[in-house]
Amino acid sequence: MTEFTQQLLNGLSLGAIYALIALGYTMVYGVLRFINFAHSDVFMVGAFIGYFVGEHMPHGTVGGGMVSLLAAMLGCAILGIVIEKLVYRPLRDCPTLNVLITAIGMSLFLEYGGQLVFGATPRAFPQIFPAKTFAVHGIIVSMNQLIVIIVATVLMVGLQFAVYGTKIGTAMRAVSLNPKAAQLVGVNIDVVISFTFGLGSALAAAGGVLYALNYPSIDPLMGVVPGLKAFVAAILGGIGNIPGAALGALILGMVETFVDGSRFSTYKDAIAFAILIGILLFRPAGLLGRFTAEKV
Amino acid sequence: MIRIKRSLVAALAALSVLSAASLAQETVKIGEYASLTGKEAAFGTSSHNGTLLAIEEANAAGGVLGRQIELVTEDDQSKQGESSTIVKKLISRDKVVGILGEVASMRSLEAAPICQAYKTPMISPSSTNPKVTQIGSYIFRVCFIDPFQGTVMAKFAKDTLKLHRVAMLTSVSSAYSVGLAKYFKERFLADGGEIVIEQKFTEGDKDFNAQLTAIKAAGVDGIFVPGYYTEAALIAKQARELEMMMPLFGGDGWEAPELIEIGGTAVEGCYYSTHYSPQVDTPKVQSFVTRYKARYDGKVPDAMAALGYDSAMVMIDAIKRAGTTEEPAVRNALAATNGFEGVTGTTTMDKDRNPTKAAVVIEVKDGKFKFVQSVSP
Amino acid sequence: MPKPLIALLATVLVAFGVSYYSDHIDPYYLDVLTDIGINIILAVSLNLVNGYTGQFSLGHAGFMSVGAYTSAAITVLAGPRLLGDDGGTALQQGLLFLVALLAGGLGAALAGLAVGIPSLRLKGDYLALVTLGFGEIIRVIFQNVDALGGALGLNGIPNYTTIFWVYTFAALTVFTVVCLVRSTYGRGFIATQDDEIASEAVGLNTTRYKIVAFVVGAFFAGAAGGLYGHFKLTITPSGFDFTKSIEIVVMVILGGMGNTPGVILAAILLTVLPEVLRAVDQYRMVIYSVLLVVLMLVRPRGLFNFDYAAIFTRLKRKLMPAGGAR
Repeated sequence: MTEFTQQLLNGLSLGAIYALIALGYTMVYGVLRFINFAHSDVFMVGAFIGYFVGEHMPHGTVGGGMVSLLAAMLGCAILGIVIEKLVYRPLRDCPTLNVLITAIGMSLFLEYGGQLVFGATPRAFPQIFPAKTFAVHGIIVSMNQLIVIIVATVLMVGLQFAVYGTKIGTAMRAVSLNPKAAQLVGVNIDVVISFTFGLGSALAAAGGVLYALNYPSIDPLMGVVPGLKAFVAAILGGIGNIPGAALGALILGMVETFVDGSRFSTYKDAIAFAILIGILLFRPAGLLGRFTAEKV
Repeated sequence: MIRIKRSLVAALAALSVLSAASLAQETVKIGEYASLTGKEAAFGTSSHNGTLLAIEEANAAGGVLGRQIELVTEDDQSKQGESSTIVKKLISRDKVVGILGEVASMRSLEAAPICQAYKTPMISPSSTNPKVTQIGSYIFRVCFIDPFQGTVMAKFAKDTLKLHRVAMLTSVSSAYSVGLAKYFKERFLADGGEIVIEQKFTEGDKDFNAQLTAIKAAGVDGIFVPGYYTEAALIAKQARELEMMMPLFGGDGWEAPELIEIGGTAVEGCYYSTHYSPQVDTPKVQSFVTRYKARYDGKVPDAMAALGYDSAMVMIDAIKRAGTTEEPAVRNALAATNGFEGVTGTTTMDKDRNPTKAAVVIEVKDGKFKFVQSVSP
Repeated sequence: MPKPLIALLATVLVAFGVSYYSDHIDPYYLDVLTDIGINIILAVSLNLVNGYTGQFSLGHAGFMSVGAYTSAAITVLAGPRLLGDDGGTALQQGLLFLVALLAGGLGAALAGLAVGIPSLRLKGDYLALVTLGFGEIIRVIFQNVDALGGALGLNGIPNYTTIFWVYTFAALTVFTVVCLVRSTYGRGFIATQDDEIASEAVGLNTTRYKIVAFVVGAFFAGAAGGLYGHFKLTITPSGFDFTKSIEIVVMVILGGMGNTPGVILAAILLTVLPEVLRAVDQYRMVIYSVLLVVLMLVRPRGLFNFDYAAIFTRLKRKLMPAGGAR
């Protein structure tokens, strides 16, 4: 029973990280109807910003940790906005395929450019938050895992508020429902899209820092696999749907953890893709999504 | 007549000067393929440093066969598929006399068939999987093989650390890990130990919580992790976070400064087997350590560097004894290597082109690698 | 005889000739030529799926791996028993290799069927992701099949690939794709890409076209995989990952989706360039990625996307003025 609960906690922590990344994917898709392949690499950049800032901060303090986290979020928000403006905006009216290819190109650029700049060898991520473990009824909870869950929850609640309680959030939802109509009622599409990218990237950065906190070995290619899994999570929950992304991520984190601890651990990656294919075939709208007819 | 004679003499003189100059400049090329970048960059750069030092020292002492040695190095980026391409290039374009490489058994297995097909001798400095030299008669190594290394840690765990119930956490993506795990298990079971649970992971995995939780539930005295340093460090960290305080131990894939950098306090009190230690107090080793430190800004040579050094020295020694760079003379000279004194011990090639060498056990203590004991076969 | 057939036979003859004299050619150049040939097969076969039929597939490397493993399984596991201890004559080996390659292609084609059918109702990004997912699933499956070496890969594959085999198959691939697309039946592929709803409205079975594209494309990718395996002599599952698929996709995009001569040129360029740039190999992927982005921004039709037929006709007219114009 203890093992089961422990795995449950592990799955929760993993799911929380996937959720932070998945949210970015889902928001951008909701507003722009395209999958930002480069998102997983923004996650990586976030981890690296956290690394560089964290090295200069006192280790093991809440203050130092918060500064590193916020620096990463801010840096990546800017990065996301810049990428959108430079590369995706000129192609906004082009066929989706072209934009997809551009996104892939951007993703590769960040990965291999990162290898060039940071070197391909993994680096040790500093312990930026205080490290502690608590034992609760035989289950070990580490401070790092707790921080992941707390920060992820706070950010998701904040996101819900931003999307449903602010003017720009409403504008975002309007654009995701019908961009032309939104423009007609005076919504500035460019601003909304930039905001979406910035927000999504900031969340990915937070995911990156928290991921690096728990698995303190960072390298420029670290975003590829978590990014793909988070993307599956977003689709599982219903792409374009924010609570859906969180739910999908949680489920995926759990499934993955339990498979990992079983005899079939080496099939772990395949499970995520099998889920992806299954969902796309049987319920493309995802668990919580609405099915919108494919525009011709 | 005289005019023609003079110009003829002048031409002949010029020709002889030119040919003498070109002969003197013609180098003996030795090729090297290593993981200078990528996931196992620590191994590749170490090995390369050792090899380079050996070549430089040999050149300072006059080279080989009266010619200077040129080391042609290519980076395989720790990736699959690159080794065979660059080894082919080294052989066919650069026309190297011999090939040195690689550290990782998987990449050695990739390049060896090419070297064998083109009849170019290859010496692996530190690939320990037995399959490597089985590829053919032109493939050699200067390190021990995993059937031996597996028994070293099995004995150490049972006799010295007094562990009876052990878990194994193996990487399925590396020939090295799978091989070492197999030999450890054989010996440990034969000695009366118990392998309580076996878990697996893939190269590049970051999260081992699931596997470790399962191991914890099974209740063990120690965990054998026959993998590479990146994963070993993360495994140790996550184990400690799950309040699993039992010792972790592994093989020579652990040895890199990153193990301590990433693992921190989690790897304290952990052990691993490897080929040599800079703390061994013999004149040969200490002299090597001093020269290496002088050449590389005070860096202390690790096992990969020492083996890289020895692999180059053995190759040069074989060329000397062969008296030529032609095949199969060099290959035969390599196969006849007997009692070669290197910094990692004495190398005598057996009929499978593997040497019989001793291992050392290292403990991570106070943030440093500490020599514990030497184990002879 | 129709022109494409002449071209096919000519290529096969030249390839045979080159192979015959291969001992006199620098092995490094032979290697690069072999690489080029394999990449041509991969790019042209993917072009049928991506370029002509408009199905964005990101899992082509998965089909390649099925072909590689199937053909290697035959030559490595069944070969020694079939050929006997002495290795068999050149003819026997050649026959075995042909069977292995065809089996590889067939296996990959089956995989193409398995991937193509479920993917039918998906479009654009979703399709891309499902094919990516299938590619990765295939990889993980091979990683877990110990009989084929598992994650460590399969060594000891016999060195059967020669210029003759590679370029014969390359010519076959080009021949098949070109003839298929130019035929009346083949118009269906392009129609499917242009406007699926309209195509259905005029009675075209777009579903069938999409499946055919996938299966044919996969078949040749499998053959390329078999040739690759018997060239590199070692194959590992991770060598056929998402990155490999992307490399092939770049060739198709660079060449211009749906432009076969362009894609061939792109395959040649993108094989030779990394060799030439070995000194700056670390920049290779960065350059690729920048190329992709810039291309999409500036010339989304591709770098080599020219109307080669028109250029050829113009050249012919310039060199041989019609009539007696003086």
